[in-house]
Amino acid sequence: MKQIKMKIISRRNVLYLLGGTTGSVLFSKYALSKPNLALNKIKEISKNAKVDEVDLFLDVPEIAENGNQVKVSFDIESPMTEEDFVKTVYILADGNPAPNVAKFSFTTDMGACSATTRMRLSKTQNIYLLAEYNNGNFAMTKSKVKVTIGGCGG
Amino acid sequence: MSKIKPRGKVPKTASVDEIVEIKTLIRHPMHSSRMKDKDGKKIPKRIINKFLVKFNGKQVFGMDLEPSISTNPYIAFPFKAKTSGTFDFEWTDDNGDKYNMSRKMTVS
Repeated sequence: MKQIKMKIISRRNVLYLLGGTTGSVLFSKYALSKPNLALNKIKEISKNAKVDEVDLFLDVPEIAENGNQVKVSFDIESPMTEEDFVKTVYILADGNPAPNVAKFSFTTDMGACSATTRMRLSKTQNIYLLAEYNNGNFAMTKSKVKVTIGGCGG
Repeated sequence: MSKIKPRGKVPKTASVDEIVEIKTLIRHPMHSSRMKDKDGKKIPKRIINKFLVKFNGKQVFGMDLEPSISTNPYIAFPFKAKTSGTFDFEWTDDNGDKYNMSRKMTVS
C-alpha cells in the first residue's frame, strides 16, 4: 500500500516536473527570442534617462500592403530657436532584423522639425520615434503598422 | 546595375522667413545584405549611410541611414529661407563613394 502511494506521488511529481521544465524552457526561449530590440536601443541612446511618452506626430500607414516602401514622416512642434530646439530624431522598428532605421540631425536653420522618408518593414510591428531636445530631454511615441508582404528580402 | 543618380527639388524662389520643403531622391539599390541574387548568393551590403545638406557651406541637416531604409532613398525636410544661397547635398555609400548635387535658391 505504501509502495503504491509512493509510486503515484512520484509519477505525479515526474509529470509536474516535466510540465514545469518544458514550461520554463518554453518560457525562457520565448523571453530570449523576443527581447524588444527597439526599446533596448532607446535605453542605450537615452543612457537610461527618463523618456516621456508623449503624442508626437508620427505619420505611418495603418496597413502597409508592401513592406518594401513604407512612407514614414514626423512633425514635432518646436520653436527651433537656439534656446529650444530638437537636436536629433531617431526612428526605430522592433520587428526588423536591426532596430535602427534612421537618425536625423536637426539645426536651428531649418525652422521646423519634420522630415519624410521611406522604410522597409519585414512584418507587422511597432515604429518608435525618439526625439532628443537640446536640453537633454527625451520624448518618444510609437505607432503600429500592419504589414501584408514583408520587405527585408531573404 | 542602374546608374546612381541624385535628384532634388528646391523651390527657385522663396520669401524671407518662409519654410520651404526640400525633396531629394537618389537612385541607389540599398543592398541590405539580406537579399539574394538569381543564383541564391547573398548580395553584399551596400547602402547609402550618410546624407548631408549644407547651405552656403554651413551644415543644416544630416541623416544617418540604416539598411531598413528603402531602395532609392527619398528624403524630404523643411528649411527656413533667410538669404539667397546654394544648397550642397552629399550622399555617401558603404564603398566610400560620394554623390553630390547643388541647387540654388533666391530669397526675396
